[in-house]
Amino acid sequence: MAVLSEQLVKPNLLATSRSSKLPFDQMFRLASFSSALVVLVVLAGIIGSMFYGGWPAFREFGFGFITSSVWNVGQDQYGAWVAIVGTLTSALIALVIGVPISLGIAIFLTQLSPPWLKRPVATTIELLAAVPSIIYGMWGLFVFAPLFARFVQVPVTSLVEGIPFFGTILYARVPSGVGVLTAGIILAIMIIPFVASITRDILDQIPSMLRESAYGIGCTTWEVVRHVLLPQAGVSIIGAIMLGLGRALGETMAVTFVIGNANRLSLSLFDPGSTIASRIANEFNEAIGMQLNALLALGCILFLVTFAVLVLARLLIARVKLT
Amino acid sequence: MIGNAPPSFPATPVGGRVRRSRQVADGALKLTCILFTALGTFVLGWILLMLLVEGAGGLSLAVFTQVTPGPGTEGGGIANAIVGSLILTILSIAVATPIGVLAGTYLAEYGKGSKLAETIRFVNDVLLAAPSILIGLFVYMFMVQPMGGYSGWAGGVALAIIAVPVIVRTTEDMLRIVPGSLREAGAALGAPMSTVIRKISWRSARAGMVTGVLLATARIAGETAPLLFTALNNNFWFRPDLMGGVANLPVMIYQFALSPYQNWRELAWAGALIITAAILALSVAARLLFKKETAR
Repeated sequence: MAVLSEQLVKPNLLATSRSSKLPFDQMFRLASFSSALVVLVVLAGIIGSMFYGGWPAFREFGFGFITSSVWNVGQDQYGAWVAIVGTLTSALIALVIGVPISLGIAIFLTQLSPPWLKRPVATTIELLAAVPSIIYGMWGLFVFAPLFARFVQVPVTSLVEGIPFFGTILYARVPSGVGVLTAGIILAIMIIPFVASITRDILDQIPSMLRESAYGIGCTTWEVVRHVLLPQAGVSIIGAIMLGLGRALGETMAVTFVIGNANRLSLSLFDPGSTIASRIANEFNEAIGMQLNALLALGCILFLVTFAVLVLARLLIARVKLT
Repeated sequence: MIGNAPPSFPATPVGGRVRRSRQVADGALKLTCILFTALGTFVLGWILLMLLVEGAGGLSLAVFTQVTPGPGTEGGGIANAIVGSLILTILSIAVATPIGVLAGTYLAEYGKGSKLAETIRFVNDVLLAAPSILIGLFVYMFMVQPMGGYSGWAGGVALAIIAVPVIVRTTEDMLRIVPGSLREAGAALGAPMSTVIRKISWRSARAGMVTGVLLATARIAGETAPLLFTALNNNFWFRPDLMGGVANLPVMIYQFALSPYQNWRELAWAGALIITAAILALSVAARLLFKKETAR
C-alpha cells in the first residue's frame, strides 16, 4: 500500500482537477491506476518466475544448455538445441507459407473485392482466428496429416530420392504425415488471420488519393500494389509479419498434436521433431527436480525470443502510425 | 517506363492499350489474391465440416448428463467438463473485467500522454500476443506450487491473465473514440472526473466495451495450454472448493483425442464441436452487437 501511494504522488500533483478532494473520486482514480499496474506486475511475474525456475538448469549446464541436443530424463542431462531448432524451423516455414497468403488476402480485401463481398470474407478470415488452437491440432493430426502423407510425403520422397540436398531435406523415413513441415503448415494457417487483418488495416490507412492518382495515370492493380502500396506500408507490414512470427513461436497445442514430439535432430523437414512449447506441454506435468528446472529454462528462452520479436513488431507498426 | 515510349507509338496499339507483360503481371496478382482468399475460407469451411461430421454423431443426451468415463469404461459423457469450463470461464471473466476496464480507463482518461501509461500500453500490447503456455507456467510457479496442488482458482487466474490485455485494449480504444466535448460538457456542469467517466465516457463506449469482454470470453474459452498445469483435468465433478483440479473441455479434448479408447475419442469430437460452436457464436454475437450499437 505504501508503495502504491508513493507512486500516486506524481500523477496527483499533476492533476489539477478541483474534485480530487472527493473520497470516491480519489478511490476511483486509485483503483484504475492499480489495475493498470497489474499489467506491469504480470509481465514482471512472468519474467521473474521463468528466471527463478530456470536458474538451476542454467547454472548446472551453463551455456551448453542451449547448444546441447541431449534430452535424457534417465540420466538427468538436458539441452535445448533440438527444441530451439524445431521452434525456429516450424515458425519460419509458417512465415514462408503464411505471409504470401496473408498479403494476398489483404490485397483482395482492400483492392479487388466487390463491396458486398468484403464483409463476409473479412468475418470468415477473422473467425479463423477464433477457432481454438486445439481444434487446429485435431484437424492437423486426423484430417490433414493422413492426406499429407499420402499425397505429398510419399510421392515427394520417391521423387527426390538420391538427389543431393532435396533428397535430404524432403526425405520421409516413415511417411506418417506428422513432422516439422506439417507443424509449419498448420502454424501458417493459424497466423494467416492475424497477419491478414493487420495488413488490411495498414493498407486501409494509406490515403486513397495516392492510390487513385496511380490508377489515374494508368497503372494496373499490380503496379499500384508494387509501386504505391508496398513502399508506403512496407515497414508496418514487416511489423505485422513479426507479430505473426511471435504467435508461431509460442503456439503450443496445435504443434503438440502434429510435430511428432521426437527429440532428434534431423535434416529432413518430413521427420518428427519438437518445439519448446510442445516439449513443455508434453513433459511438464510429470517433471520433477532438474527436468522441471530445465523445462522452465526452456520457457525462459521462449519468453526472451518471443518478447524480443513482439517488441520489435510493435515498434515497427507504431513507427508508421506516427508518420 | 511509360514516359520512354517512342513518339511514333501508335495511338491505339495492337492488343489494347496496356502492354502484354503488364497485363500478365496484373492478372497473375489478381488470380493469386483470389485463390489465396478462397483457400482461407475453404480451410475454415473444412474445419467446421470436420467438426460436424465427427462430432455430431457422438452427441447424445448422455454427453450432457454423465461424467467423463475412466480408462476402459464404456459410455459416459462430458457434463463435468462442460460445467467445469463454464465455471473457469465465468470465474476468470469476473476477475478480468473490472481490472481490464479500469486499466483501460486509466490509459484513456487519466494517463493520457504520460510515460507510465505509454509503457503500460506497450507492455499490454506485447502481453496480447504472448505465448499462453508461459502464462500457465507462471501461474503454476506462483499459485499451484505454493497452494500444494492443481485448482480451479489457478486455472481461473491463468485465463484471467490472458483475458485482461484484450479487455484493456478494447476499452481504451473505445474510450478514445468518445469525443472530448462530451467530457467537457460534463465537467462544466461540475461533475467530478469519476462521474464524468462513469456516466459519460463509459456510457458512450458501452457497446464497444461489452464487445471487448465478449471477445475476451471467446478467446479464453478454448485456451488449453494455460490450463494444462493449473486446472488440469480429471474424470469427476469438481470439489466445491475447486481444489485438486477441475475437469474442463479443452484439456479433456486434448487428453481424450490422443487416447486409444474409441469412446474417449468420440467424446473428444463431441466436446470439440460444442466448444467451437460456442466460441464462434460468441464471436459472431460480439460483432453483431458492435455493428448494431454503433449504427445507431
